[in-house]
Amino acid sequence: MTHPQAQVFHRGVAAPLLRPNIDTDAIIPSREISRVSKKGLGESMFAGWRYLSTRVSTQGREPDPNFILNREAYQGTSILLAGDNFGCGSSREHAVWALKDFGIRAILAPSFGGIFFNNCALNGILAIELEEAEIQRLADWVQVDPRANLLQIDLAAQQILWREGEKTGFAIEPARRSLLLEGLDSIAATLRQEDAIAAFEAADRQRRPWVWM
Amino acid sequence: MPATLLEKLWSLHEIADLGDRDCLIHIDRIFLHERTGSIALRSLEQEGRRVRAPHRVFCTMDHIVDTRPGRGDISLAPHGREFIEATRQSARRAGIHLFDIDDPRQGISHVVAAENGIVLPGMSAVCPDSHTCTLGALGALAWGIGSTEAEHALATSCLRASRPRAMRVNFIGETAPGVTAKDMILHLIASFGSRAGRGYAVEFAGPAVSALSMDGRFTLCNMAVEMGAFTGMIAPDERTIAYVRNTALAPRGPLAERAEFHWRQLHSDTGAEFDLELEIDCARIAPAVTWGTNPEQMANIGGKVPSPDAFEDPQKSLAASQALDYMGLKPGTPLDSIRIDAAFLGSCTNNRISDLRAAANYLRNRKIAPWVQALCVPGSGAVKREAEAEGLHEIFRNAGFEWREAGCSLCFHAGGESFGGKRVISSTNRNFQGRQGPGARTHLASPLTVAASACRGYISAAEAS
Repeated sequence: MTHPQAQVFHRGVAAPLLRPNIDTDAIIPSREISRVSKKGLGESMFAGWRYLSTRVSTQGREPDPNFILNREAYQGTSILLAGDNFGCGSSREHAVWALKDFGIRAILAPSFGGIFFNNCALNGILAIELEEAEIQRLADWVQVDPRANLLQIDLAAQQILWREGEKTGFAIEPARRSLLLEGLDSIAATLRQEDAIAAFEAADRQRRPWVWM
Repeated sequence: MPATLLEKLWSLHEIADLGDRDCLIHIDRIFLHERTGSIALRSLEQEGRRVRAPHRVFCTMDHIVDTRPGRGDISLAPHGREFIEATRQSARRAGIHLFDIDDPRQGISHVVAAENGIVLPGMSAVCPDSHTCTLGALGALAWGIGSTEAEHALATSCLRASRPRAMRVNFIGETAPGVTAKDMILHLIASFGSRAGRGYAVEFAGPAVSALSMDGRFTLCNMAVEMGAFTGMIAPDERTIAYVRNTALAPRGPLAERAEFHWRQLHSDTGAEFDLELEIDCARIAPAVTWGTNPEQMANIGGKVPSPDAFEDPQKSLAASQALDYMGLKPGTPLDSIRIDAAFLGSCTNNRISDLRAAANYLRNRKIAPWVQALCVPGSGAVKREAEAEGLHEIFRNAGFEWREAGCSLCFHAGGESFGGKRVISSTNRNFQGRQGPGARTHLASPLTVAASACRGYISAAEAS
């Protein structure tokens, strides 16, 4: 299967969630993972912050009006402006599946949890590392009028376009960039190296026979 | 050229350099559990792909399996049974090893992978679980991955991985009595922050690390991910080799001699260059407890809840203020005046036999405070049997602790059992908001501190003896 691609150009509402260390338990609490499936997790995203009660009634759950993504101005958010170490903690890929299902296409943060960062790339979510001060500038501008002050992310040019032609460049490793743009089938790509893998294994069997059961 | 332990481990497994730090790395062992492994196996089946080397893949039930005595397939977590059954069926179809609920080898993946000799020094190992770094304590290259990466590893016996940078943390000097491996790692994370390890494989070294038991070393490496590291690792020494010799799958006879000779080379050479070296003065480490909602938000038990104003970084100050709000704590409150509702002794961080012995030794002839609910959950069936052979279960029960079957249990709330709304002293690794239940307030600490706090009913360090 080909990994999902990211959008080459994305324009959308951005919501600031600037506290540091937002962990994957916050992005999706374990209790929300109720099926052996990658699908339909959007409703569970930030469940602990988004709803007033953990109970589900026949009318569904009551949104907490104080949570940023529940506010009118942030309806349709597709970009998160986040704090340091976003996505730290549990390896659960459900965090990325939930964000994607909700409609998040890009996350801008000073740094990300390592496993989460890889999970994003494999699911077509653009995780962009930017200086904290730059994220604060973007957040300050967005907050003035979130529905009008949209961010435009150009993956091909590696630029974020905002306020009247202002541009913020970002770095991205070439392999990650091509994965996001082209959606490589990484299993198939690795299996094409079967000769190299088999040769390694044959040599290692001589070198470390106790490993080979 | 002098090499670091990381360089030696990495080059042992590097099949191809893919450019730009990316490498194709051979994976010697894959571990799965019913929570995330079930999805990886099912997804692979749906793609029509097979597991390339099923005899080198192991699976256990740990995450949502019930830990109450007399348990079966029915889990208190919603749809828990679906995860258990799906895992069992997929594991059988794939032909991988399965440590099912009634298997004597069942337990938390990182505990059973070590105690059975499934992961040995020098091996590469992955599991779709962030605490796989625990196994770095054996001198293995072990790290946590996502489900999609797990599918890749299952299908190809390899991973595409970015070569981490090398960090060494030197623990200088000796620790005071009553200071445990948990206090060492909490102190380290608080000193440098919960993202200090991002992009690094962190080697723990120094006399205080050498002095640790294997169980203590597992605790240290377990929380490497809580400082954001790719993994943690400790060079194998004679203690490591003695530990490994006792495991069921360790090599025997002449093969053991060859293996042990190889393992003794797995250390950072004198003069090896690290990308970063940090130092911790062990004399400054005291019994520690977290006051916030991230492991870096920690203080010594003799201290006080800090004020958010004490943090120069505005983000850290904001985070502290939000954490104190969630935790229901006021700045300046002495930590040992905080009353607890529950005590949890378990998790891949701290539920091996040494952890249970340390807690039981304190609890002998003592009772927990009447308002405290206390649980002890061994890390594996083997740990449980060993503890019972020593009579530790009677000490826990007499003190007022529940004595459970092996599993992850209340380290996190999966929708079933919950510490919702309670204040918990916990030997686990994460104090995140809601981790142990909606509104649960988690204070991370060592097993010894958990035992002492359960008895007094307030956060407490055990008196040094």
